[in-house]
Amino acid sequence: MRTMLLLIASLAFAPTLSAGDWPQFRGATGLGFSEDKNLPTEWSKDKGLRWKAELPSRGLSGPVIVGDRVYVTCSSGTRDDRLHVLAFDVKTGKELWHRQLAATGSTACHPKTCMAAPTPAADANGVYALFATGDLAAFDRDGNLRWYRSLVGDYPAVSNQVGMAASLAIAKDRLIVPMDNAGDSFLAAIDTKTGKNLWKIDRPRDINWTTPILRQVGDVTEVLFMSPKGLFAYDVATGKERWTYKQGGGSIPSPTLAGGMLFLPTNGVTAVKLTDKGAVGDAAWKGTGLTTKNASPLVYDGRIYTVNESGIVTCAEADTGKVIWKERLKGVFSASPIAGDNKLYVVDEAGTTSVLRTDSEAMDILGTNAIGEEVLGTPAIADGALFIRTGKSLFCVGKK
Amino acid sequence: MRRLFLIVILVSPNPLFSAEADIPAALRAIKAVSREGQGNDAAASGWATLAKSGGAALFPTLEAMKDANDTAANWLMTAIDAIAQSEATAGRKLPAEKLEAFIKDSTQSPRARRLAFEWLVKENPTRRDSLLASFVDDPSLELRRDAIALGIEQTEKPSEGSRPTSLQRYQRLFTSARDKDQVEAIAKSLEKLGTKPSITEHFGYVTHWHLVGPFDSTDGKGYNVAYPPETKVDLKAKLKGKDGNEVAWVPFVTTDRYATVDLNKGLDKHKFAAAYAFATVQAEKEQPVEIRIASQNAVQIFLNGQRIFQREEYHHGTRMDQHIGRATLKAGANELLVKVCQNNQDQSWAQAWAIQCRLCDFTGGGLPVSQVAEGKTMKLGFTPDPKELPKGKN
Repeated sequence: MRTMLLLIASLAFAPTLSAGDWPQFRGATGLGFSEDKNLPTEWSKDKGLRWKAELPSRGLSGPVIVGDRVYVTCSSGTRDDRLHVLAFDVKTGKELWHRQLAATGSTACHPKTCMAAPTPAADANGVYALFATGDLAAFDRDGNLRWYRSLVGDYPAVSNQVGMAASLAIAKDRLIVPMDNAGDSFLAAIDTKTGKNLWKIDRPRDINWTTPILRQVGDVTEVLFMSPKGLFAYDVATGKERWTYKQGGGSIPSPTLAGGMLFLPTNGVTAVKLTDKGAVGDAAWKGTGLTTKNASPLVYDGRIYTVNESGIVTCAEADTGKVIWKERLKGVFSASPIAGDNKLYVVDEAGTTSVLRTDSEAMDILGTNAIGEEVLGTPAIADGALFIRTGKSLFCVGKK
Repeated sequence: MRRLFLIVILVSPNPLFSAEADIPAALRAIKAVSREGQGNDAAASGWATLAKSGGAALFPTLEAMKDANDTAANWLMTAIDAIAQSEATAGRKLPAEKLEAFIKDSTQSPRARRLAFEWLVKENPTRRDSLLASFVDDPSLELRRDAIALGIEQTEKPSEGSRPTSLQRYQRLFTSARDKDQVEAIAKSLEKLGTKPSITEHFGYVTHWHLVGPFDSTDGKGYNVAYPPETKVDLKAKLKGKDGNEVAWVPFVTTDRYATVDLNKGLDKHKFAAAYAFATVQAEKEQPVEIRIASQNAVQIFLNGQRIFQREEYHHGTRMDQHIGRATLKAGANELLVKVCQNNQDQSWAQAWAIQCRLCDFTGGGLPVSQVAEGKTMKLGFTPDPKELPKGKN
């Protein structure tokens, strides 16, 4: 119920969405869960699939879904300088269109990542695709280019030789573009209709891969953006800083929200009470055992879940941080966990998804499902199905 | 009548560009896009016109990429995909002969030619290899790469009746190759045939330097301090370095295959420090040059006293040709100066203080340029036998 309320509240950020959409990194709320029912439990590379579609190349970005469209980004080429945006039919997996861009920024990055690392965002008008090169393009549902920006062309000192990866967030008619980096570091709100800056603020020169989340406080929508120097809250309308919390920060996993609490993945997880004025007082609790590396924490039905790179999954009470269970799954993990239909989905880098019950007092594995292809991006839930993108395919797992 | 005309204009979805005849205006609007989304509205209308015009807009759009800036080129690139995809969906074949002629015209945009090639091959797969055979020296690095790969394949498995001319073919491919993996693969094949190809010379690395440092860069501040070498390079000068210590230029010759200039070796290990590497390069004529650097450290590149590139980033990884400074070499001697700063990170992976630097054309290919050191002129990439080097910190 709590998650349902959060979902309804989050739809205020993007009124053109419906409850079953997954329009950005970690879904409509940006917090990693869906209200969809009858979600899958068992599948394999050739069983239990609604469809499978071929992708042109790698990507660490997750798929996003609005209405009858699934959008995916990829990057390719010896220099990883060819950028791809594709749309598929949600029901059939038919490729509807495929557009390509040439990278205008540096393609230097750690070998594990690539230029299609940030997850795109979508609304009823189409998709907004950001790449690690700073190329940002808006296409309508039918693949017509609405606008395009070369953010490195605009701000040439943007630089992160490890590779940018923070994803877009969408707030009504504003695209929140996180560009923390070692050079021209900034956060901007870009008009979804025109591609022009509505505001742009300078940010600390730190590389940072976290994705902003949104919070509604009365009439004000806040952008909560965590970085190594702490968490900063900005007014989405103006870019003006509203409050900061500097007792916890980080640069890889993103924070989450639930029940009037902010959960920061810093030295495990730090939970802080939120009021209308922001994060106040000392931490409500600190859970050093709730370990993360790349995956962002998830709060679902009153419980918080973390997954670290070696597969240790920890489940704790969100209110107190008291650990309910802690177990290890086989594999190496990068993607963030997601949840829906009382199931937690945790996918490893080899493409094996463990489906865990979210209402049990011990780890209860409902299914262990291998598709045999590399998965580094966070999957999506929409239309009663799970969407998993690999280095070469897009799987839609669910009933036909 | 005038009122009717006005109504038609107002209800048109793209009033600025509504017909095939408006293709030139649409292209002009797209090419006019500039910083921070300026011109996006008109460009979007222009883009819609191109997409609606279908096949009629294909070649004007491909040709327009020739002199488009990077931002406009991406508007055009997506339009080309949209046009070609809609023609394919409508069951209309793209004009193969005209596409082939466009692909062969090396004065056109390399990216546009590559896109045209991909669409042509999609509809006519058998044309791929015969077209690629002529692209071994192509300005499009994507076409060149595929042509070299095909050349390697054909040399490794010669067709029946072909003469065993592997050595000459590999030598030809080696000269044309631009990508590190292909160059290394061909070099390995050449070595098996008894030759000694030089990767260092192939890529045009600077191997003979003079180094000076350390200068103070506490808290990274030295990055923005113009120490004396930025004003004038005098290889005999004694300079005031970090903590007031006197520093002097020292010669440094690298024998590393990718010409790594290890400052920890040449100047000893220092943190919060700045150093300079200096080389003289001799050009036969005035010519454009790309000075390409790889470094874990913050770097600045100066050519003949002018700063042509800077990047203040530390220990976020390195790779070949990571940074590119574009400039023009003058005929005769040119002074190349690289500033390399080190921070104070203490992790084991953050101790590197080094550069690799090469001079090349825009494809990454060699230039008629030499390096000069100790009064001797030698090829870029020339690497003496380590045994012949004077004992020191090389």
